[in-house]
Amino acid sequence: MPVALDDRDRALLAGDRGAGAAFAMRLVLLAAEALGARQLIDISGAHVDSCLYHGQATLDFVERLRAGDARVTVPTTLNVGAVDLLHPELWHGSPEVAEAGRRLMEAYRALGCRPTYTCAPYQLPFARPALGDQVAWAESNAIVFCNSVLGARTERYGDFTDIACAITGRVPDAGLHRTEARRATLVLRLADDVPPALRDADVLYPVLGMVLGRRAGSSVAALVGLPAGLDEDRLKAIGAAAASSGAVAMFHAVGSTPEAPTLAAALGGRDTGAAVEETITLAELRGARDALTTGDDLPLAAVSLGTPHASLGELRAIARAVDGRRTRVELLVSTGRDVLAAADSEGIAARLRAAGVELLVDTCSYLSPVLREVPGAVMTDSAKWAAYAPGNVGREVVFASRDDCLASAVSGRVTIDLAPWGGA
Amino acid sequence: MTNRGIHGEALVLDEPLSLWGGLDPATGRIVDARHPQRGASVSGRVLAMSAVRGSSSSSSVLAEAVRAGTAPLAVLLGERDLILSVGSAVAEELYGVRVPIVVWPRARLAALRTGDRVIVADS
Repeated sequence: MPVALDDRDRALLAGDRGAGAAFAMRLVLLAAEALGARQLIDISGAHVDSCLYHGQATLDFVERLRAGDARVTVPTTLNVGAVDLLHPELWHGSPEVAEAGRRLMEAYRALGCRPTYTCAPYQLPFARPALGDQVAWAESNAIVFCNSVLGARTERYGDFTDIACAITGRVPDAGLHRTEARRATLVLRLADDVPPALRDADVLYPVLGMVLGRRAGSSVAALVGLPAGLDEDRLKAIGAAAASSGAVAMFHAVGSTPEAPTLAAALGGRDTGAAVEETITLAELRGARDALTTGDDLPLAAVSLGTPHASLGELRAIARAVDGRRTRVELLVSTGRDVLAAADSEGIAARLRAAGVELLVDTCSYLSPVLREVPGAVMTDSAKWAAYAPGNVGREVVFASRDDCLASAVSGRVTIDLAPWGGA
Repeated sequence: MTNRGIHGEALVLDEPLSLWGGLDPATGRIVDARHPQRGASVSGRVLAMSAVRGSSSSSSVLAEAVRAGTAPLAVLLGERDLILSVGSAVAEELYGVRVPIVVWPRARLAALRTGDRVIVADS
């Protein structure tokens, strides 16, 4: 079944708005065919990940769009790039790669994208679509947050397709843009042996996300048995981990996310027999937690927090924990430049720096050579960081709660409190 | 691709591969430490696998491999894949080299062996 085009689509393809927009429209059509869409629909915004350098081809692509006079036609934010444009001294890699990465980030800005350079655009008031809005977002953690927590609708866009949607203002009418694909087909219930103290601890949520991704794969699951009204930082941690261990683009947390006030709502009105129901036990959670650590017998080299980018609330909590203290190992916190500006105006950034905290923006410490080359393991509270850093930047990892990470950064030794886990 | 199609030797992967983090576009070799065929070269061969795994950045890696002249001649997959299709289309637009992404029935893929001669022809 061919994709039905309207007059505007045909005009774009014919080059009425330039060769760059025509190229973008061809890519959107290719996506529509791959997703089995019958037509295209309008979007109200986009989040673009193509600004991360992956070689000369990524520069050649954006130069081709620019040469063809392409511009984005909807409000568009940018994901992280290769370098911190505001703190270039934190880069320890090749100057040539840094320069190419910087040029790519600037090139997307020149197409009309807003230079947010963050993997957490949902923390920016001007970049949050509303419930039911159709958008084109890239970056796996942002995609899952957009669908699950904001209730806005995106498919899994990524390199080249994200900017093509932003230029055309169009997406395939397929997948998670459509109501029927957003219903849960799997119910995951926290078993009774998961202690209440663990359900109330931040450290549960990235670990739960790892289990969710492994169980759900690419399907939509509903989580049951969690406290109601989970905050956005915990929901962020679930989604980022689930998109690392699986291909999760949406989940429901019953009682917390907008399309799941009840389990029945998450199932889209079908009865509970329509979905498979499974439980998640304490033993499985402990196993997933332990699998995140690769270097538990190594000395502590550094601590990395803020993957996905730390929210203002997380920066405040870190500042409270390190006030009046001084880190003995490198403690690096990644955040977005707009969130850092807000933290600066509250005086939080100064408090963090006084304790020895390095603040990284525009990129992430699992993508770029920014952590100092000190032998030993890097401690993190991020399951996503733990999943990617060994392969990407060749570092061994110790996973623990944020409080454990901060206490260890101050003492210089790995200390982990297992009390919330029932002592093991 | 000529009218007579692409002729090449198959490299059949035992497990799905994410090109991002799994293929070095500078050399065309598989670099994923956990992949059973680590070290194998995809350059100039017909790459066959049941599915693609992982990140959308694989689109960029395929385009970069085409630019660097290390790409496979064609890719045979057991299912449609947006990520590689887009990477291939972008590379064709930028560099004029076509790497067809072809969906094959899984049963035929399962019968294919590394070293088999494959012809990918326009239908």
